[in-house]
Amino acid sequence: MKSYVARRLARAVLLLFAVSVLCFLLTRLAPGSFFDEIRLNPQISPQTIAALQARYGLDEPLPLRYGRWARSVARGDFGFSIAYNTPVAQLMWAPAKHTLLLGGVAMLLCWLISIPLAVWSAAYERSWFDRGVSALTSLFISIPEIVLALALLAFAMRSHALPVGGMTSVGFDELTAWGKAVDIARHMLAPVVILVLVGTPVIVRHLRASVAEVLHAPFVEAARGCGIGGARLLFRHVLPAAANPAISLFGLSLAALLSGSLLVEVVTGWPGLGPLILDATLARDLDVVVAAAMLGAAMMIVGNFAADLLLLAADPRIRTGSPDAG
Amino acid sequence: MRDRGSILVPAVLLVLWHLAFLLAGFLAPYDPAEQQRELPYIAPSHLQFRGPKGFHLRPYACGASTVVDGPAPCYPVHFFVHGCTYSFAGMPWSVHLFGVPSPGRIAILGTDAYGRDVWSRLLFGGRISLAAGLLATLVSLVLAMLIGTISGFYGKWTDELLMGGAELFLVVPWLYFLLVLRAMLPLHLTGAATFLLVVGVIGSLGWARPMRLVRGVVLSARERNYVLAARGFGASDTYLLRRHIAPMTAGVLLTQAALLVPQFVAAEAALSFFGLGVSEPVPSWGNMLAVLQQYSVLVSYWWMLAPAIALVITSVMYGWLAEALQRSLKSSSI
Repeated sequence: MKSYVARRLARAVLLLFAVSVLCFLLTRLAPGSFFDEIRLNPQISPQTIAALQARYGLDEPLPLRYGRWARSVARGDFGFSIAYNTPVAQLMWAPAKHTLLLGGVAMLLCWLISIPLAVWSAAYERSWFDRGVSALTSLFISIPEIVLALALLAFAMRSHALPVGGMTSVGFDELTAWGKAVDIARHMLAPVVILVLVGTPVIVRHLRASVAEVLHAPFVEAARGCGIGGARLLFRHVLPAAANPAISLFGLSLAALLSGSLLVEVVTGWPGLGPLILDATLARDLDVVVAAAMLGAAMMIVGNFAADLLLLAADPRIRTGSPDAG
Repeated sequence: MRDRGSILVPAVLLVLWHLAFLLAGFLAPYDPAEQQRELPYIAPSHLQFRGPKGFHLRPYACGASTVVDGPAPCYPVHFFVHGCTYSFAGMPWSVHLFGVPSPGRIAILGTDAYGRDVWSRLLFGGRISLAAGLLATLVSLVLAMLIGTISGFYGKWTDELLMGGAELFLVVPWLYFLLVLRAMLPLHLTGAATFLLVVGVIGSLGWARPMRLVRGVVLSARERNYVLAARGFGASDTYLLRRHIAPMTAGVLLTQAALLVPQFVAAEAALSFFGLGVSEPVPSWGNMLAVLQQYSVLVSYWWMLAPAIALVITSVMYGWLAEALQRSLKSSSI
């Protein structure tokens, strides 16, 4: 049991290291650099550019640069943004908080909506409710995120029901604390709805399948025979037995907290990591791109690790290393 | 047998759908890059059956014209007309399914900021987007097939190493990674180069999940009795792989293809939407949607959302096919 945790942990650390090397290598092998645009300017001499490159250490051999970058990660700087002339960590702090806020709220709503939906549609298999839920999940699973985002945005703009762009209104500073919270919530509504529409169908589909499977198990018959029924049977007895795929999915949605909302943020103008990393990509501000990708990957690894631990806690078959563990 | 039918319907619809984009030059009345600067954001022409002499069987297209003064006149729609030349099957053609006589324009999905016909751009852009999705899927599945087979067939440390690599690709958030990969490559490239780049980047990211499935199939196939028997008769590894093991992965690969194509088409759209993919003047669904980043366009000109609808149709049809394939795979394995 302890060795299982230790093994997973070691694997996670190793994976993170591999991701860092991969990201770093990919970006540094790039032919372009931040100074490409400047190079086109005839008024700036090649010597100046060479001096600039030397100042940011762009002319050193790769292993050396990786070492320097790793040290700056260890210091908590995560590299240096040439475009903004600050350590990357400072640059990413506020956007990361915004992204986390958005992702957290969306994730909470996703699970709050999809668990009852999945359990009830499995309980009333082949009813009109189940058919409706299945049809809607099939539809929303096949609509690409970008289309959903654009469609909802168009709706929000046309109906003037929701403010779009940014996360605060113009007079934000004069509002009371409650007013501020309401203002942010109103701005958050459009991106959150998009994220929920993207996330919920996947959870509902998997959870519904596993709940439906458990409902056919003999122990459910036995429980029914003992007079346990209704919500108690569904949520106390069936749901825990059907939880394994959902726990893995929970790990995935935890993992996507930081990286899952990139597209939605860019489309709705939410000031999170999405717009930052996109601008950095276009400006070839590589340290920012790498740091954001690393953060996303780290979150992925943490999420998967958390799912492993949760599975371990939830399923005795995994704890004892039994071969029939699902 | 019932399954065969349920696969056939989405498959035939998909073939027709792709055929429409293959015949883009014929179905589109104009060249996708042809600009009419004096006609920006014209609403879709409406068709009516009332000509100058009362009711008429021939439809009339109204709403778009380069004639400046007066109300926009109506023009009779002709079929199989000669227009701009396009190449199809290596030959130049100039016949189009429909068109209107000269000062008039027919814009059944309106025009964009430069007065380019959105319908024509949708068709030619779909060609690019669908081709990108299909090719990227091919790249992904070939990688998955190769790596998965090697990993499952040879096992031991090769397997450990390759599965570790696959986990690496599963762990990285794909849109971030797409951006990182894109950041490493030059921003300004010619049309064909960007297209191949997008295909390569997207295709080389998606192989991990199908690879795991292929590996699973190969692992179980390796231990089947007839494979062991063939090995006992002295069959070589390559023979076993070619004759017995590779054919067993076909079902999994087909299902994965149906799942991957719409994802990759959407990925191309996302990349081009961000300005990192296929670039103007070559149309693609992604870069056609990019103008919608200006909120004013999104609100005022609904027909600019046409590529989004095409994306949905593509995804829904592929999703349908994938579900049918999965069902038949499940029923054949029991």
